Amino acid sequence: MKIAVLSGKGGTGKTLVSVNLAAAIAPSVYLDCDVEEPNGHLFFRPKSIQREAVTVKIPAVDETKCNACRTCVEFCKFHALAMVGTRWMLFDDICHSCGGCTLLCPQQALHEVEKSIGEIQTGTSEGVTVRTGWLDPGQSSGVPIIRKLFAAESPLDQPMIVDCPPGSACIVMDSIRDADYCILVAEPTLFGLHNLKMVHELVRLFQKPHGVILNKCIEGDNPSKDYCLEQGITILESIPFDKTIGRLNSNGRILARELPQYHEMFTRLHQKIREVAGYETAADSER
Amino acid sequence: MKQLLILSGKGGTGKTTVASAFIKLSQARAYADCDVDAPNLHLVMQNLPVLDRTDYYGLPKAQIYTDQCIECDLCRQHCRFEAIHVNGTYQVDPFACEGCGVCAAVCPVRAIELKPATAGELMLYGDDRSVFSTAQLKMGSGTSGLLVTEVKKRLMAAAPSAELAIIDGSPGIGCPVIASISGVDLVLIVAEPSLSGISDLDRIVLTAAKFQTPVAVCINKADTNEGNAALIESFCEERGIPFTGRIPFDPMAVQAINTGRTIVDLDCPAGDAVREVFSKTLIQLGKGKSLTILSKKE
Repeated sequence: MKIAVLSGKGGTGKTLVSVNLAAAIAPSVYLDCDVEEPNGHLFFRPKSIQREAVTVKIPAVDETKCNACRTCVEFCKFHALAMVGTRWMLFDDICHSCGGCTLLCPQQALHEVEKSIGEIQTGTSEGVTVRTGWLDPGQSSGVPIIRKLFAAESPLDQPMIVDCPPGSACIVMDSIRDADYCILVAEPTLFGLHNLKMVHELVRLFQKPHGVILNKCIEGDNPSKDYCLEQGITILESIPFDKTIGRLNSNGRILARELPQYHEMFTRLHQKIREVAGYETAADSER
Repeated sequence: MKQLLILSGKGGTGKTTVASAFIKLSQARAYADCDVDAPNLHLVMQNLPVLDRTDYYGLPKAQIYTDQCIECDLCRQHCRFEAIHVNGTYQVDPFACEGCGVCAAVCPVRAIELKPATAGELMLYGDDRSVFSTAQLKMGSGTSGLLVTEVKKRLMAAAPSAELAIIDGSPGIGCPVIASISGVDLVLIVAEPSLSGISDLDRIVLTAAKFQTPVAVCINKADTNEGNAALIESFCEERGIPFTGRIPFDPMAVQAINTGRTIVDLDCPAGDAVREVFSKTLIQLGKGKSLTILSKKE
């Protein structure tokens, strides 16, 4: 079962929830898809790390064949190519690797080369397979890294927890496409509500079963909770605003490994998700 | 015009809280929200009338005319984004399509066209004093970098004579962040005193360095982990990054935001601290060139 954890925005506790869930239900697989700012590894401190480069294809020119016909430049929708006089130029940061320029070049002057944009690190931490995607600073899109994270082989019988990037753009969609269930983490503020509404729209768009964890709950108004009640969204858990959590979390400790009540809470959460997702009966028998 | 961009590597660190306070303190005539995925600044800066609301067209999306399609499969084979599926007929998944046009180019019977698609909405608010540019990306659309560029362009066009522009950035280090960094004079990074926050800070500093943009750092919720806050200060010292101060964790900040106010509208410790951060940041921003705003201290 693949469970995606998302929040619309960083800082709401996405990593807290996914790390603790994966730790509580080990053996499991934890995928850190927040490839721009991966943090899960700081908690797991995985051992025996294996690294794998992630590359994308970009065009390169054979100047002896190029006759500056500009076919490629005119084709490129991303304006990643230019012809300065008769000199062919590539702005590789904005190339989307669609391959069109190489395919259409009448002189066959272009070919594709691999460019590294980041890497994937895989290690283990007390029964959790920790897989982290890293985008190199200065590179624009982490989507190829996320695709590679998902493509890597995982033990099928183990639940997979996907720590999604913040927001609701292309990179998030790639992270939830294969999810069986989505956990939305929400804060009790107006900002929190605004972001919750956005990811809620996203999971509805993708027709994913979903539920909400209310994080950092304090006494008083909780606009996010009101929204869940009004919309009939399952509230899976309410995590209090608690200085102990804050301290352990900011020092990179895993609650479920240190405090029995949190181990219990995240185990219960997993059980609840399996029940509401109807996973126990339906999907298990497909395997 | 001097452009100050506020970034954090991650959301939730208080970027918008700091940005909104800065806008209040500087009485900035020009400001923008470049977090087009999850814009929040309008929630605290909501009293300006709408000047303009425009649909934003990102890259087009492919459309297959099934009555002309001969099912040769060339489009599907050449699509690098796995955006073409066969479900009885050939169809384009609009979420996966990046609008590159390869499918249309290889189609032997011209059954594929690229069609404009709205990817979001651009909003410009303002009155005779100030201008606020923001946008909202449509759910599930890509191309947020292009939209960020558009938000900034509209801000500059609407307030060409403003001395200072304050830009609330987006989380991460990817395309929207790169688009927002381009052309700014200083990036103020709002860091959080956690191991995650330190890791994020490091990566955003590296990203700004790639684009040769000067950075300054402040810490929000600094007292939630004094040890990590000290680590961040020494991180800045080692790298020669100007440090502009610590803002304490303050429950009043949540209250301010929830009632649509900024932290300097309330009398609270976070508000006091952010004033200090503001004046130190302006000094960094004004280095080499004098800002009249510097002399306008209360």
